[in-house]
Amino acid sequence: MQTQTAPAKINLKKKTVTGAEAVILCLLEEGVDLIYGYPGGAIMPVYDELYKYRDQLHHVLTRHEQGATHAAQGFARASGKVGVAIATSGPGATNFVTGIADAQIDSTPMVCITGQVGSHLLGTDAFQETDIIGISTPVTKWNCQITKAEDIPTVMAKAFYIARSGRPGPVLIDITKDAQFGSLDFEYKPCKGVRSYIPVPTTTTESILEAAELINQAKRPMIVFGQGVILGEAEDEFKTFIEKTGIPAAWTILGLSALSTIHPLNVGMVGMHGNYGPNVLTNQCDVLIAIGMRFDDRVTGNLETYAKQAKIIHFEIDPAEVNKNVSVDVAVMGNVKTTLNQILPHLIKNDYSNWLKKFKEFQTIEHETVIDSELNPSSGNITMGEVLRHINEFTNGDAILVSDVGQHQMVTCRYAKFNKTKSNITSGGLGTMGFALPAAIGAKMGAPERQVIAIIGDGGYQMTIQELGTIFQTRVPVKIVVLNNDFLGMVRQWQQLFFDKRYASTEMINPDFVTIAKGYRIEANSVSERKNLKSAIAKMLSSDEAHFLEVCVEKESNVFPMIPTGASVSDIRLS
Amino acid sequence: MKKENYTISAYTENNIGLLNRISSIFSKRHINLDSLTTSVSEIKDVYRFTIVVQVTEDQARKLVGQIEKQIEVIKAFYHKDEETIFQETALFKMASKLLFEDREIQLVIKEHIAHIVTVTPEYFVLEKTGSRQEVELLYDRLEPYGLMQFVRSGRIAITKDKMHISKILENFSIASS
Repeated sequence: MQTQTAPAKINLKKKTVTGAEAVILCLLEEGVDLIYGYPGGAIMPVYDELYKYRDQLHHVLTRHEQGATHAAQGFARASGKVGVAIATSGPGATNFVTGIADAQIDSTPMVCITGQVGSHLLGTDAFQETDIIGISTPVTKWNCQITKAEDIPTVMAKAFYIARSGRPGPVLIDITKDAQFGSLDFEYKPCKGVRSYIPVPTTTTESILEAAELINQAKRPMIVFGQGVILGEAEDEFKTFIEKTGIPAAWTILGLSALSTIHPLNVGMVGMHGNYGPNVLTNQCDVLIAIGMRFDDRVTGNLETYAKQAKIIHFEIDPAEVNKNVSVDVAVMGNVKTTLNQILPHLIKNDYSNWLKKFKEFQTIEHETVIDSELNPSSGNITMGEVLRHINEFTNGDAILVSDVGQHQMVTCRYAKFNKTKSNITSGGLGTMGFALPAAIGAKMGAPERQVIAIIGDGGYQMTIQELGTIFQTRVPVKIVVLNNDFLGMVRQWQQLFFDKRYASTEMINPDFVTIAKGYRIEANSVSERKNLKSAIAKMLSSDEAHFLEVCVEKESNVFPMIPTGASVSDIRLS
Repeated sequence: MKKENYTISAYTENNIGLLNRISSIFSKRHINLDSLTTSVSEIKDVYRFTIVVQVTEDQARKLVGQIEKQIEVIKAFYHKDEETIFQETALFKMASKLLFEDREIQLVIKEHIAHIVTVTPEYFVLEKTGSRQEVELLYDRLEPYGLMQFVRSGRIAITKDKMHISKILENFSIASS
């Protein structure tokens, strides 16, 4: 693999610096100008340097280390760059773990830096000592402890390279306090490769030709695309692929926004709360083309009955994902940007009009039974869907929506309109409640020119509500919509459907959210009547500042369609 | 699918924490390790993990995929017993008086091609290398005499196939030069 890149930036004049200053210089060399974090004893030397370099490297003080990781994730997902978070040892480091696990399962490039007790104290149960390397190992793409100042530049360079290359992921670097105080001759060489790591597997010509043949012969082909299209920056190639072939394409929730939601070949969402047509037709297609997705159990339902009739082609960058959950007929390894380009010349356009008509028929049924009443209810309490409908009307699909986890998340993914990539930011694989508020802060900073709207449930909102303090201090103009049903709605829905309505610990006695937001000097409103909803959303979106809007919605509504756990995708329920 | 013995061999960099990273791949999937041995390999600065597990072939393939995905793992393989040459070593500590009071024990040692490592007035130490079955046979013969200590190593295995690790490393150094 011969890499053709610009000559590395090498400082000819070596400069003697402390380890702490070297950390900052490495970040600057990697083009980082914004990091999220929380100071503490074992990371103080680095914070002291942050103070000196504050003109070049902006630090956002979150109100909890978990918030710093989610903000770094939001930044990464909105900007496509590596997010950086920094914290102290012990509890600072352990508070990172949820965000790191979230970034690992959702393939988000992130570098987390933690301070550690002095190396002479390692293993002595010193104050704020915790084995964060041991703790973070299963949830990091790579991690490394640095005990000597001179190791900082090479390890940091490797960290950024690993975080962003191949299938991206989180990396944790743990730096002992003596390494931060120590000195070194600083020289930075960006990492170009690690001999034991192949970021992008080789694509074979046979796999391209075999895949092309299957696709060209298909009568009822269907695409399911995931975040690989976004991470591989393959949106254009993907659009060309579907337009050239005319094959209908459905998405996983992390694939959402890679293709405009109003594209005629976009047939909606697959999975547990996905659309009726693509789920049922997964079990009727003759060729299933999976692009940059990993057959998560929330996508496939029961594997024993998943697309058994179909030949399956898997375009994938991570060899460990191939034949993991679903056995495939052809695996096309590589970055989808490259492989889609390679397969294009071999593809022909076919007439799939009868097949496409089936998607339309199912769409009509879903509209009549579920969607119309969710988006345009004429009576009763406000529904989550109509909030999304109004947001769509104002944003025209241009905004970034950051959702949390639960019913509101499924409604957001089902009904949001997107016409730009990197617009749907949500915790997909881990399902981390509390993700959205801090992630929205990071997303707005990562894409400052775009409108960023966090859509959160009343439960998840209170898991990281303290990040309102970060919004107050930074004045970052994010919009916050809390869809309040005074319940942990998704759990309540399951209790209703599968536990005979025994609502164990899902009802929430909530505080006055408007007063709380106002305490942070954030403009705030609450609506509970339909006639006030549109103007409240208009007011929120026209504000140049941060704005909080509580919408009191129907308390006991359910998200449908739904594939019950263990059921087949084709047994999706409409009610 | 049937569960059987698989020997997983991983060629790795020598890195603190890699053992934890590899073992967590098994514990995450609730798979018990029958044995695990780490050592240097035939290549300078490259280490070798030899892990034995009772799994299905599908599980073995997925485990190797997850191991190979780790940044500091160069290459990993799985093999069935018949595809490898494998051995284990056991040490037995026994009272020295047995050697002189009961001549039969000397015959057992000869018969099982075991090797006396050391003899002191109080005890002697016997070493036996072979298959698990061979070690167990000897154990069964010696156990009635009274064992002061017994220990058995994990499996070490050499594959009949070539591994081509040097080639992988060579390709990398050509590409990065």
